[in-house]
Amino acid sequence: MVIILARRIAQAVLVLLLVALISFAIFRFVGNPVENILGQEATVQDRNEMIERMGLNDPIPVQYARFVWDALHFDFGISYRTAEPVAELIASRLPATLELAFISALFALVAGILLGIFTAISRGRFLAGLVMTTSLVGVSLPTFLIGVLLIWLFAVELGVLPSFGRGDTVRLGFWETGLLTASGLKSLILPAITLGLYQMTLIMRLVRSEMLEVLRQDFIKFARARGLPERMVLLRHALRNTLVPVTTVAGLQLGSIVAFAIITETVFQWPGVGLMFINAVYFVDIPVMSAYLLLVGTLFVLINFIVDLLYLAIDPRIRDRNLRGGG
Amino acid sequence: MTAPLLEVSDLSVEFPQRRQRLQALDRISFTLEAGEVLGFVGESGAGKSLTGAAIMGLLEPPGRITGGRITLQGQRIDGQAESVRGRRIGMIFQDPLTSLNPLRTVGDQLVETIQLHLGMDAGAAAQRAGELLDEVGIDRARIGAYPHEFSGGMRQRIVIALALAPEPELIIADEPTTALDVSIQAQVLALLRRLCKERGAAVILITHDMGVIAETTDRVAVLYAGRLVETGRTAEVIAAPRHPYTKGLMAATPNLDLVSVDTVLPQIPGSMPSLAALPPGCRFHPRCGDVMPVCRRTAAPFIDGVACHLYGAQTQEAG
Repeated sequence: MVIILARRIAQAVLVLLLVALISFAIFRFVGNPVENILGQEATVQDRNEMIERMGLNDPIPVQYARFVWDALHFDFGISYRTAEPVAELIASRLPATLELAFISALFALVAGILLGIFTAISRGRFLAGLVMTTSLVGVSLPTFLIGVLLIWLFAVELGVLPSFGRGDTVRLGFWETGLLTASGLKSLILPAITLGLYQMTLIMRLVRSEMLEVLRQDFIKFARARGLPERMVLLRHALRNTLVPVTTVAGLQLGSIVAFAIITETVFQWPGVGLMFINAVYFVDIPVMSAYLLLVGTLFVLINFIVDLLYLAIDPRIRDRNLRGGG
Repeated sequence: MTAPLLEVSDLSVEFPQRRQRLQALDRISFTLEAGEVLGFVGESGAGKSLTGAAIMGLLEPPGRITGGRITLQGQRIDGQAESVRGRRIGMIFQDPLTSLNPLRTVGDQLVETIQLHLGMDAGAAAQRAGELLDEVGIDRARIGAYPHEFSGGMRQRIVIALALAPEPELIIADEPTTALDVSIQAQVLALLRRLCKERGAAVILITHDMGVIAETTDRVAVLYAGRLVETGRTAEVIAAPRHPYTKGLMAATPNLDLVSVDTVLPQIPGSMPSLAALPPGCRFHPRCGDVMPVCRRTAAPFIDGVACHLYGAQTQEAG
């Protein structure tokens, strides 16, 4: 077990270093950082001082090492546009995105798994067919269109839900949450559905096909022959066996929920890191962009790491194979 | 007279298709006494497994029972097999490698079955699970192991323990040893037979292997293309098979005492008809060496343990 963990952690660190390299390359080589900071009218002397201060004359590997070292200390430089430290900017924006992503993921997983089971066991019935057909719409419509449609329906026509922003928030230490106020929760509904709908339909379709596959297996037939009631057969025997592939896909999808949040946050003017990134792109605020890249990369690696651990928890065969391979 | 343990009369099973209804079982009747071992033998597709599935109420849709009745100790169970499934009738399938849920320990699966049917608490059920493993010859210390940690033969022992856990009165074993090594087959069969004898449980053993039938069963039923063609005490049927199909099956079974390297086993010519293209009359007549004109027109009624015009005529003359 320790060996597996150590190997996975080593892989994760390697990937993160690569992400950091790309992030560093963007910071260092896209445009000229000195000109970006000082502007066109700076004197040669000012520039040289700045180059010296930023250590841009050092060998590239040294600069990269310093970049990683700083990143480890949450020092991502100063935003060109607002002159605030990027770390503070992200810290103030991140809770909004994480809350949105978490609620979307929860929605996608719970609704996806439930609907997947439903469509698998009532295959051929009208309602299941309707859900499947509707889900095609969810897969094929682009996120921003779904967002706009939801705004039109629920905010404009029905007027029951707000169309933008986070509503009222409460500050818990450094974390600004919208989960504790009524208006905060109401504001969360539309963006969370918009962001999670695609993932939800994907998970639903995956659960359905895996479930149908598992239900054909002998151990399901044997479980029925042992007299287990259908509910037990489905929940204890069939569902868990569908979870291995579902976990993989769900894990990857959760990562992309954070990445796709850019679009949803733009549509709903959600004050998270995605919106921050879009604004950074408008103003060529390179430190913010490279820090965002690093952040999303880290989240992806973290989620995949957790998914790997979940495999081991779910499937004893993987556990054994790994032990044998590692021992 | 008390009712037999299991009585199946005129059981018919059909698979509705787009154009026609395939009759997979045609008026099968047999009885089984408590503690008896009945063998079902026949080629693939003869309807052996379907008979088992129909009794258990586990026919794969769209297959369904279209006629006849099944009673367990006088109580009808066709259409309501859930009430006895697992608890009073257990079933064992062909492939032990896939019969167990790979993600859950064998102990888990045993305890779940015991708790469900015998209403024990978790501790008592775990205790019972350990005893069952002992009984099938598996170290009870391995109760926490996963199915993939056992060999095929051991897994089939676990499957037997699972089927026996609720103390059923009848076990339907559908080709229980076909997927196992020949050397393991005899062990597993002997184990199944011994455990059922100890408990007084009856067994329906489905197989295509006449050798297994000869060694294990008290009575045998021979199926051909969805019809019962012959039944009788195993020793008698083997010593003096009456239906030409049974004779063919017997002749095609190697006998180690008599076989030399050069012996060519006789075969039954042709192959069993598909359900979609059944011949009229006796379904065996296109392959039968003793075919008579009447065989092509009408199926022989099942009289006195055999469905064949060769014997029906005599019975009719005698009567």
